Amino acid sequence: MTNMVIPSVTPTQLADRPPDTPKNPGQPQPWALGAWTLLTYAFLYLPISVLIVLSFNHSKILSLPLKGWTLDWYQTALNDQALRSAFANSLKVAAVATVLATLFGLLAAFAIYRYQFFGKKGFRIALTLPILLPGVVTGVAMLAYFSNLGLQLSLWTVILGHAVFGLPVALGPILARLGQFPRSLEEAAYDLGARPQQVFRDVIFPYIRSAVISGALLAFTLSFDEVVVTIFLTGRDNTLPMEIWARLRTDITPEIAAAATLVLLVSTVVILLNEWISSSE
Amino acid sequence: MTTASQREQGRNLGLYATLLPPLIWMSLLYFVPLLILISYSFWRLESYDIIREFSLINFQTIFGNAAYRAVLLRTIGTALIVTLIDIVIALPVGFFIARYGGRYRTLLTVLVILPLWSSYLVRVFAWKVILGYNGVLNNALLSLGLLQQPSSLFLYNQFSTLLTFVHIWLPFMILPVITAFERLPVSLLEASADLNAGPWTTFRRISFPLALPGVLAGSISVFALTMGDFITPSLVGSTNGILLGNVVSSQFGVAYNWPLGAAFTLVVVVIVFVALTLVSRWGALESL
Repeated sequence: MTNMVIPSVTPTQLADRPPDTPKNPGQPQPWALGAWTLLTYAFLYLPISVLIVLSFNHSKILSLPLKGWTLDWYQTALNDQALRSAFANSLKVAAVATVLATLFGLLAAFAIYRYQFFGKKGFRIALTLPILLPGVVTGVAMLAYFSNLGLQLSLWTVILGHAVFGLPVALGPILARLGQFPRSLEEAAYDLGARPQQVFRDVIFPYIRSAVISGALLAFTLSFDEVVVTIFLTGRDNTLPMEIWARLRTDITPEIAAAATLVLLVSTVVILLNEWISSSE
Repeated sequence: MTTASQREQGRNLGLYATLLPPLIWMSLLYFVPLLILISYSFWRLESYDIIREFSLINFQTIFGNAAYRAVLLRTIGTALIVTLIDIVIALPVGFFIARYGGRYRTLLTVLVILPLWSSYLVRVFAWKVILGYNGVLNNALLSLGLLQQPSSLFLYNQFSTLLTFVHIWLPFMILPVITAFERLPVSLLEASADLNAGPWTTFRRISFPLALPGVLAGSISVFALTMGDFITPSLVGSTNGILLGNVVSSQFGVAYNWPLGAAFTLVVVVIVFVALTLVSRWGALESL
């Protein structure tokens, strides 16, 4: 899935208001809203919790009732050679795609922020297209292109596909942060004789660093989980979602649930790390 | 010190250095492929050979065939219903988190994002486990005595497809809605209350209109995501509930009719563009 437009949470934007209390009797009582919110969270987390519970189930099939608790499926998942190499492939793909996406996203964000040029608005929208249009469009367009070029499908074609939708994903947070950058700081640096490269390295980049990291993490995690674009661009080597996709249609055991739980665990750590980085700046 | 003309020269250099690499990169990898896809849609397949001549035959096939028209309408209908349900769920949640979240606002927001970080495929698959014949729901209903024997009514139909879509895209709706309500000046709400507007009137006439760009930004994400998805219908939907994405993937896969597949993709692109144009009038794109 590629249409990811996830606003990152900036603590400064969140922590500036005191907790609200109803001030007059006309104000809505938040308990109904709160109950609705609670139900929504239950809905959001129901499938994940079911899978986590079933990953510990002492049964060969993913179903209830529980037949007893076991860690065997985690052992199976960790020892599964196909899953391991798919996991390694996913890491490789996501890492390279993220570097490319963030680099080009950073350049594009800077061009949009800093300069006036013909077709600027169009450029901005065009760069966002890969996440505005469904992933299937990116997938088949690149497939047709690579096949016209006579390019063999491989992890590299997957990387290029992920880098393409990663660019707008990384661009978003960087552009948002650049928009808040006080221009006067840049002018001051120039007045003090700094060269453009120095201004970027010593003044602008430190200001946007956490947004760059956020954008990169977003691109990385999306690439790691991408199915729709990958299906069209993958060759013989599977990424983790491709391996899971293949298994979901044949043998479904709690091993997949265990593998998914492990991935969720790692992602949670990454998210918390990201929040920690952006809140410590 | 740099002189003004040096600065001017530097500006141009800086513009080229930052603009050209992403422009060339995206042209070669995305815009050219899109153009090739479009040209494919005007070509045609004859006895497994792609004839590279302009023709509208693929579009005649799509709009002339009742089954394809049904897929088209089903896809648009599904995408609209999913979007609408997600709006209804997300509005109170976004309002609550933004207004009453207090110091838990960050935590609550992260909790909305977190499910997105668990595998998308696995989340879809989980609904199969919940709704299936031996599933969680049937087990629960049996043990409550509400059912005498498991029901196969919950899975592989329109209901399970809608439910799964509503679930997997919900965070994409809640997040922009939270952001939109957060930007709402509290003073406006207080002014409205001071003028004796009830909470519902304030919501209808102040909060909602001001949050509309966020709602529309979420809507376009959910709508476009549903328009192109083929994983969910193929995992939890019925065989006669396929969507445009399924047709595209089968034309590019087993059927190997790339021109027809490209034409279907173009139809998806046009529909999403129409939706984008509609919502961008209300400033939704700025909220993306």
